[in-house]
Amino acid sequence: MTGIPHLGFIVAAYAVAVVVILGMIAAVWWDYRDLLARLARLESERRGPRR
Amino acid sequence: MPNLANPTLFLAVARRLLPWLWALTVALFAIGLAMSFNAPPDYQQGETVKIMYLHVPAAWLSTFIYGVMTLAALGTLVWRHPLADAAQKAAAPLGAGFTFICLVTGSLWGKPMWGTYWVWDARLTSVLVLFIIYLGLIALWRSIEEPARAARAVAILTLVGAVDLPIIKFSVDWWNTLHQPASVFRIGGPTIAPSLLWPLLVMALAFTVLFLTLHVMAIRNEILRRRLARLTMIAAAQGDVVALSTP
Repeated sequence: MTGIPHLGFIVAAYAVAVVVILGMIAAVWWDYRDLLARLARLESERRGPRR
Repeated sequence: MPNLANPTLFLAVARRLLPWLWALTVALFAIGLAMSFNAPPDYQQGETVKIMYLHVPAAWLSTFIYGVMTLAALGTLVWRHPLADAAQKAAAPLGAGFTFICLVTGSLWGKPMWGTYWVWDARLTSVLVLFIIYLGLIALWRSIEEPARAARAVAILTLVGAVDLPIIKFSVDWWNTLHQPASVFRIGGPTIAPSLLWPLLVMALAFTVLFLTLHVMAIRNEILRRRLARLTMIAAAQGDVVALSTP
């Protein structure tokens, strides 16, 4: 391992930031995909044959 | 200037804008991280100063986002802007996320530099209070079913919580704290050496553009959520069989 003092704290800080930022991006993206899918399903059910 | 209060127009503008915002975000992070890792060590902190390139931008965003939410709250209560509550609702989880990064990276810097992860001094405590306010606002949105009532309640609580912003900013001047005083945005100019300041400014810009990108995406989601709710009610009124409560 390198001789950089407090390397573990530096790596931990970057790891936390990456995980939280990627988590926020994923949450917003998945919410978008979910909403589009539900809107599409609603549209298809409205256009489908009625009994 | 186009009328972005029109949700349909907002969606069209967002569709065109988002690829450019993402490209700018990636470019700024690439430049900012390269500059950060090539910056010299601080004469006191050594390489631990690299944590500052995350901590300071996250701290800046934690208060900036609350400022955006405060303006949106005024937009809801005073000007009754149709997208103000959507902007506020979309910003709260992002504000909580960046405040969490600020608190954790600050603790991870504090242990090797101060000898402790946490002290109950005015700056740290007031930022923790801000994080709790963010969580409270998110919980309030979810606890009130009727959207207009939820928007008003959250807007009022947001305005009340805004009193924490000057406390955070001036806590290091008003009280004797372990946290150092302002060293970038201060009268008389920054006290940081340019070789450390420039990477910090580029990272702050990268974080800010990332927030703007995510905020536009999240507002778009809120507009789609409203459209889904409206269409669901129309379908229910027409007697269609829909099951939209679950994905």
